Amino acid sequence: MSVIEASAPAQESPPTRRPRRWKRHDVLAGYGFLTPWLIGFFALTAGPMLVSLYLSFTKYNLFGAPEWIGPDNYQLLLDDPKFHQAVKVTLTYVVIGTPVKLAAALAIAMLLNNSRRGQGFYRSLFYAPSLIGASVSIAIVWRAMFIDGGIVDRIGSGSGLDWGGWVGNPDLIMPMFVLLTTWQFGAPMVIFLAGLKQVPAELYEAAAVDGAGPWRKFVSITVPMLSPVIFFNLLLESVHAFQVFGSAYIISNGTGGPAGSSLFYTLYLYQRGFQDFRMGYASAMAWVLVLVVGLLTFVMFRTSNAWVHYGGDSR
Amino acid sequence: MKPRTRKLLGSFGWHLLALAIGVVVLYPGAWMLLSSFKPTHQIVGSVSLIPEHPTLDNFRTALAGIAGVSFWRFFGNSLLLAVGSVVGTVLSASVTAYAFARIDFPGRRLWFALMIGTLLLPFHVVIIPQYILFNNLGLVDTFVPLLIGKFLAAEAFFVFLMVQFMRGLPRELDEAAWIDGAGHWRIFRSITLPLMKPVLATASIFAFIWSWNDFFGPLLYLKNSDLYPLPVALRLFVDQTSTSDYGAQMAMAVLALAPVIIFFLVFQRYLIGGVATTGLKG
Repeated sequence: MSVIEASAPAQESPPTRRPRRWKRHDVLAGYGFLTPWLIGFFALTAGPMLVSLYLSFTKYNLFGAPEWIGPDNYQLLLDDPKFHQAVKVTLTYVVIGTPVKLAAALAIAMLLNNSRRGQGFYRSLFYAPSLIGASVSIAIVWRAMFIDGGIVDRIGSGSGLDWGGWVGNPDLIMPMFVLLTTWQFGAPMVIFLAGLKQVPAELYEAAAVDGAGPWRKFVSITVPMLSPVIFFNLLLESVHAFQVFGSAYIISNGTGGPAGSSLFYTLYLYQRGFQDFRMGYASAMAWVLVLVVGLLTFVMFRTSNAWVHYGGDSR
Repeated sequence: MKPRTRKLLGSFGWHLLALAIGVVVLYPGAWMLLSSFKPTHQIVGSVSLIPEHPTLDNFRTALAGIAGVSFWRFFGNSLLLAVGSVVGTVLSASVTAYAFARIDFPGRRLWFALMIGTLLLPFHVVIIPQYILFNNLGLVDTFVPLLIGKFLAAEAFFVFLMVQFMRGLPRELDEAAWIDGAGHWRIFRSITLPLMKPVLATASIFAFIWSWNDFFGPLLYLKNSDLYPLPVALRLFVDQTSTSDYGAQMAMAVLALAPVIIFFLVFQRYLIGGVATTGLKG
């Protein structure tokens, strides 16, 4: 995971690996210290993953024994219009929400990246929504603000727009979720700020001498120097966006409505697994998600050589 | 224009822009807080932020609780879960991070890669088998499924955060202790752990807030409303007031969020530092 290491400050290279005999006390201590994590890893992650893979080929309702049905669940997924809807909703959210949020985060990070008074105050203020944005409280507030006759509706009609409630409108509920995630731009902003601090000021000075304008400096210096951080933010934010659940559940009252327009992938998985007790089907859904996220990660890492610039002295 | 005037104007514009963003960012929170003092019919119907006739009725309704369970019971459940999460996380993640950052043993790189991999793994792939496991063990409707992972360093973020921090600590201290005959456990306890106070604070605050805000876990594992932490109680409350009593909903939302906001105001430097070093989460 060179990306994570490259994007993190206060990083010292790990001790070089000697192709030698390990010291006995190190081996014992290493595995001793690692025991809790190893138990957790096998009992709560690796083991359950294998079980879930097995269950995805079965029919299982939690009460009887799992019944092997082969790849039928995956076939059923392909024929399930609600599954297609969930994929569509989630992909729309990931593809639109993540870039919009990151663009806001980068723009505001650049605004804050100077030595003006109050910079620290604004940074803290802007970070706050990232911490509370996924809470039930905020989802309830958000719904109350965007319902029919709510504050946003009133602002709309005040400007002569007939929005109605965004929550109940299949065309406007997705923009509402995009706004909700964009509002939480604070966490990627903090990471961008840390990255911007590493860009050598001389580069900008040299570019200014050459007569470069602000846009030129942004494209030719900021973006390339920041590309490892952009890559990192893009990867993590999109992986997280695939998994949004709480706000979708609260805002649509667990239904994914109206007309399936907020049927996020994980919400549908929850409905199938824990409301209908179709655990095999839900497991197949979970594995499709793992494969999609895995593929996305793989593609991003493979193409990253082409656009991520790991400058020798940028760190 | 004189350079000084220009500089002043630029500074003015910068502050204006930053303030405007601040207003947008703060608005939902301010709206929630101020609405909680309004009678219900004035919340949705009115554009005005300031309550005309402030009332505490909403808070009375919220504090009375729901389904025969008092608000303070929910609060206590949340507190128990959050404190349990902090204790578990600090104990297990610090030990795990020490192994990864300070001990050289075969397989370390592989385990570390797998640990990092779990950061990107959608947790949905493990919840169904985990649920079946806890169900078979008779642990559904207890706090065990919600806490056990914290004691087993299941959240890679915390391990990663601490590894990053430990790598910045000077190795000379370990080596000196080593020469004096201390083993790894002794070095961890007497040298590393005391130096880790700042990162332990960061991890504790994140663990507390995430547990406090967690909705999915309690929704899945807790059926008995006596055991509900605040987010699930809040959702039940919204359900049963049939989306009409917005005032009480807002009051309850404010009460549920208050500890998080207080934590944030007091500890924001630790939180932002944690995000900046690891580049993870919010």
